[in-house]
Amino acid sequence: MQLIISYLIGLIFGIGISISGMANPAKVLNFFDVTGTWDPSLAFVMAGAIVVTFLGYRYALKRPSPLLSKSFLLPTSRDLDVRLFGGSAVFGIGWGIAGFCPGGSLPALGTGRSEVIIFVTALLIGIIIAKILQATFAPAQPN
Amino acid sequence: MIETVFTPYQSLGGGALIGLAAAMLMATMGRVMGATGILAGFLQPTSLADWSWRAAVLAGMISGPVVLLLISGQLPPVQVPVSTDMLAIGGTIVGVGVTFGSGCTSGHGVCGMARLSPRSIAATLTFMFTTGITVYVIRHVVGG
Repeated sequence: MQLIISYLIGLIFGIGISISGMANPAKVLNFFDVTGTWDPSLAFVMAGAIVVTFLGYRYALKRPSPLLSKSFLLPTSRDLDVRLFGGSAVFGIGWGIAGFCPGGSLPALGTGRSEVIIFVTALLIGIIIAKILQATFAPAQPN
Repeated sequence: MIETVFTPYQSLGGGALIGLAAAMLMATMGRVMGATGILAGFLQPTSLADWSWRAAVLAGMISGPVVLLLISGQLPPVQVPVSTDMLAIGGTIVGVGVTFGSGCTSGHGVCGMARLSPRSIAATLTFMFTTGITVYVIRHVVGG
């Protein structure tokens, strides 16, 4: 049951990403190119997603526990630290170079395009590099 | 550079589906719908049960364009105005950044913003700013 529902949730996300334009680097990069070929569509994606998530969370988190697992696992860290700002700043540079973010690229894999496969392979390599760095220099930090 | 058409309704509708998926994942599994977190847990599973729901979500995501093709007769457009080298470099940088930053556009930008998490708001403002600067520099300073 968990797996079927999880698959369907991934599918809804994947269709949403595909319809919204987030799987299309040209469209994503044009959102940020305000002084050039500007396309404000991404703001509508974010607005639609945030409003529905906000309302959905209010409903979902009213229950004492989720329907198919023991408890809610929400991020607990509250630190506004160098790691958060530095990591996010670096992510933005990569997003600006490639035009894909992780959530945009994973559904885009379904198109079978070689560019997406190259990006996702590099993304996985980057995640593994960062995990190794974290394990080497700050082994106490759980993720 | 490739010109793209402004699609407010499709983008709003697609965004609403992304939000629906996020709300459903919280209601059923009690988890945040962050691509980075789901992928990281898939690569470093803590148990078979934990790995398998992540694998199912990822499989669903990848099926998205195929199901859209079956419904509408068209795959979603993927236009890549970036060289292969830049995709590989950008992808690696994204992977490092989202791991240290604990999230990306879906985790911080959608789920965290919807929870009004100060960390996610700070992260989202940071990466939106550096993405904008990067695109400006590549298109109008270096390539201008």
